[in-house]
Amino acid sequence: MSVNVSVNEPAVKAAAENAAGANTENKEWRPRIVAFCCNWCSYAGADLAGSSRLSYPADVKIIRVPCSCRVNPMFILKAFERGADGVILCGCHPGDCHYSTGNYYTRRRMALLFSMLDYIGVERGRTRVEWVSAAEGARFSAVMNDFVAKITELGENVKVGDLRCKK
Amino acid sequence: MKLDEKEIAGIIKEISGSDVKKCMKCGKCSATCPAYGEMKFHPHQFVTMVARGKIDELLKDETVTRCLSCFACVERCPRGVEPANVVAAVRVLAEREQGGSNFVPDEVPALIIADKEIPQQALVSAFRRYRK
Amino acid sequence: MQRLGVFVCWCGSNIAATVDVDRVVAEAKVQPGVVFAQDYQYMCSEAGQNIIKDAIKQYGLNGIVVCSCSPRMHEATFRKAAEAAGLNPYMVEIANIREHCSWIHKDKEAGTEKACVLMRAAVAKVLLNTPLKAGESKVVKRALVIGGGIAGIQTALDIADAGFPVDIVEKNATIGGRMAQLDKTFPTLDCSSCILTPKMVEAKTNENIRLITYAEVEEVSGFVGSFKAKIRKKARFVKEDVCTGCGVCMSKCPSKKGLNEFNMGLNNRPAIYIPFAQAIPNVAVIDKTQCIKLNTGKCGLCEKVCTAGAIDYTQQDEFIEEEYGAIVMATGFRPIDASKFDEYSYSTCKDVVTSLELERIMNAAGPTGGVLLRPSDGKHPHSIVFVQCVGSRDVSGRGKPYCSKICCMYTAKHAMLIRDKYPDVEVHVFYIDVRTPGKNFDEFYRRAAEQYDVDYIKGQVGKVWEEDGHLVVRGVDLIANEQIVLNTDMVVLATAIEPDPTARKVANMLTASIDTNDFITEAHPKLRPVESPTAGIFLSGVCQGPKDIPETVSQAGAAASKVIGLLSKNKLTTNPCVAHSDELLCNGCSCCEKVCPYGAISYDTHLINDHGVKETRRVALVNEALCQGCGACTVVCPSGAMDLKGFSNKQIMAEVEAICL
Repeated sequence: MSVNVSVNEPAVKAAAENAAGANTENKEWRPRIVAFCCNWCSYAGADLAGSSRLSYPADVKIIRVPCSCRVNPMFILKAFERGADGVILCGCHPGDCHYSTGNYYTRRRMALLFSMLDYIGVERGRTRVEWVSAAEGARFSAVMNDFVAKITELGENVKVGDLRCKK
Repeated sequence: MKLDEKEIAGIIKEISGSDVKKCMKCGKCSATCPAYGEMKFHPHQFVTMVARGKIDELLKDETVTRCLSCFACVERCPRGVEPANVVAAVRVLAEREQGGSNFVPDEVPALIIADKEIPQQALVSAFRRYRK
Repeated sequence: MQRLGVFVCWCGSNIAATVDVDRVVAEAKVQPGVVFAQDYQYMCSEAGQNIIKDAIKQYGLNGIVVCSCSPRMHEATFRKAAEAAGLNPYMVEIANIREHCSWIHKDKEAGTEKACVLMRAAVAKVLLNTPLKAGESKVVKRALVIGGGIAGIQTALDIADAGFPVDIVEKNATIGGRMAQLDKTFPTLDCSSCILTPKMVEAKTNENIRLITYAEVEEVSGFVGSFKAKIRKKARFVKEDVCTGCGVCMSKCPSKKGLNEFNMGLNNRPAIYIPFAQAIPNVAVIDKTQCIKLNTGKCGLCEKVCTAGAIDYTQQDEFIEEEYGAIVMATGFRPIDASKFDEYSYSTCKDVVTSLELERIMNAAGPTGGVLLRPSDGKHPHSIVFVQCVGSRDVSGRGKPYCSKICCMYTAKHAMLIRDKYPDVEVHVFYIDVRTPGKNFDEFYRRAAEQYDVDYIKGQVGKVWEEDGHLVVRGVDLIANEQIVLNTDMVVLATAIEPDPTARKVANMLTASIDTNDFITEAHPKLRPVESPTAGIFLSGVCQGPKDIPETVSQAGAAASKVIGLLSKNKLTTNPCVAHSDELLCNGCSCCEKVCPYGAISYDTHLINDHGVKETRRVALVNEALCQGCGACTVVCPSGAMDLKGFSNKQIMAEVEAICL
């Protein structure tokens, strides 16, 4: 994948994280990506990617939810408001949902949300729904690599973001 | 302009409104067909050939005019493939390929009388088209 | 005031090699609410757990974050440790810094930063955690099996064997179901009655099993562990405990024109009857629509001849109310109505029969005493045509879109039996595909074709009609590519099977989900095939999907083992991470109820004190025993009243904010 994982330059967020408060000026921009993963398939898939040592960029931060249908469109809007550059939602493959029908709801809801985001100017590529099963560690890694590459291409998200949240 | 197989398949699907891929090859259409013996390509073969894109052969053959349009196969096909409509669609395609009609309305009655072997389907089509 | 502790695990070098643990600890210490942070080589070890326990006690921690491996690995371990130290186990959050961080990142700087972010998100979440308590509910140690066919009988026997009482509710006057109607069973050709009737007797004599025949479940309420069912026991007009099953009443009854359901209506039975000789219970029943006494008040012959004094014309429907811990659906199937396919002339030609009718004709206890005779004139047929897939794999709306699974095998069985007993009979089978997956199944079918000379024709039948006292079949032979016309004496239709019409009603009562074909949906198509998504409801037999006898029996055993597992528990602990509705916000719109796959949401109208304003409103109520915590309802709720404990809106928002900081 096109994104180099082992960048020697520390990423931009180090400043906010670092209690010492280093200078943020000269650092390479890295995307902030929130991944929602359902507990039964995708989170386990991410675990498998980990135990198989299949690397993907550190920009992806995973939030565990019981089912992809738990993800309220508000969470995604919130992420963009807070300055996320991409949000990806992973669930079980259709028909395999632990709760039988949860991912079908997800699919419909996100279709609506994404078209709304598109309407307000957030590019389609910044949001994505992917089905990743617990056995698809390699797929999880590939999906994340691809998604990060796409987001890096799109650059920083300037829409929706709440300026008051920017440092 | 020569159309490719995919385009032809699309046109046939559009005209007939039926999807030949739904066919499970049970043969019920051929079992039902009263004109089975008249046709070189029997209804189930006809559907399969359309599905495989062998339209040229069908366009050349008289099978398309042998179908009685009785719709028994449409009625009984368990998969909703509607073979009679597929045949009709290929027939329409054949007519289109021919371009403009060779008939003049006033000549039709004489033609019918002259040609004893004229297929029934041609008659039906002629009446439909030139009734006015 | 929150007092949080953060524990960072090295996992030997698994984490420590790519994550600067010291920096994570230093970062943790400055997070809001954190009063204690420490790292250790192996947090999951005895010594590591002790560090957590000691810190909880020493610093009075009311929430902890463990930065370690996946919560799928050790969440339970750390929850137990917290509980041992007096902290509510649901005040523990895990930051997954191994699988999601150290193992996939090679760069220490990037890894450390990500670990810090994950830690920060976990801290933000735990700040909003509330202590949760796993609920408990009782388990009534009694099971209900709806349906008394082979599926229901086998399930009940297995449950009873484990020592739990079971009630079988059967809508007909006898148990036995479809299997009792069969003559022989494939692929071994052993007699159906010979293997079924001993099981029926066992069900009758087993002291843990109560048979409630001629009865239907009317109402079910409650949830897993404690269902309440109301069962209507229809009036038999015969005292069940007095009748000896001698059958004298049957021979004397003057109203003999009822269709014999057991023989598929091929012959008649009297108004008072015992369904078949081996019926369990072997007790007569009066068909009240047909009985002269019940309709006109005159007759009463059966009462006069009954030496036991079992007849009671005044009997009324009775109701039985009982509590159950688990309910098994075993409602079975019926063949579809073949008269919808007019091309086969089923409703106009008597010699066109369905396979189940042929099964009765072939049976020694059937209308012809087991002799193969044409229904129209009672003559011996010389040729028989079988038509497969009548209504199966049919999306035209006349039939069923699925494969009925058993027809290929029973048709091969019929063909083989006929050829064996009457070698002079020609047998033709029209088929689309012969589907014989199963142990010894394909060998069986090939035997029919090779040894018994059954003529298998790849193709379908287009029309059947009567001509000069015999049937004419027009079909197609696709291999020979010709249309063929056969003269024959009988046509047998392999009709598709469909779920018993009562299945939908029962499923609605149990809030078990049902598919478009009225088959009951399983909780997971691969991993939980005998459970309904509704907790405490189990599936046995064809009500879940077409299957043959061996499959039905294995499923019955599987359903029984699930029931036994449930009933063995004294109490059920429920997952505390369930949905919860804030009644002050709820507007009773029913959106949540519609998306709930478990039927866990109901509505209650009651007085609500909204900050001093008292109002009677309809609000959503989550049954915590049924809720599995998927959270689908939380998203559809337009008023934001519905939230999921342990994964609340605020908690996830806090995580999002911490990550995007």
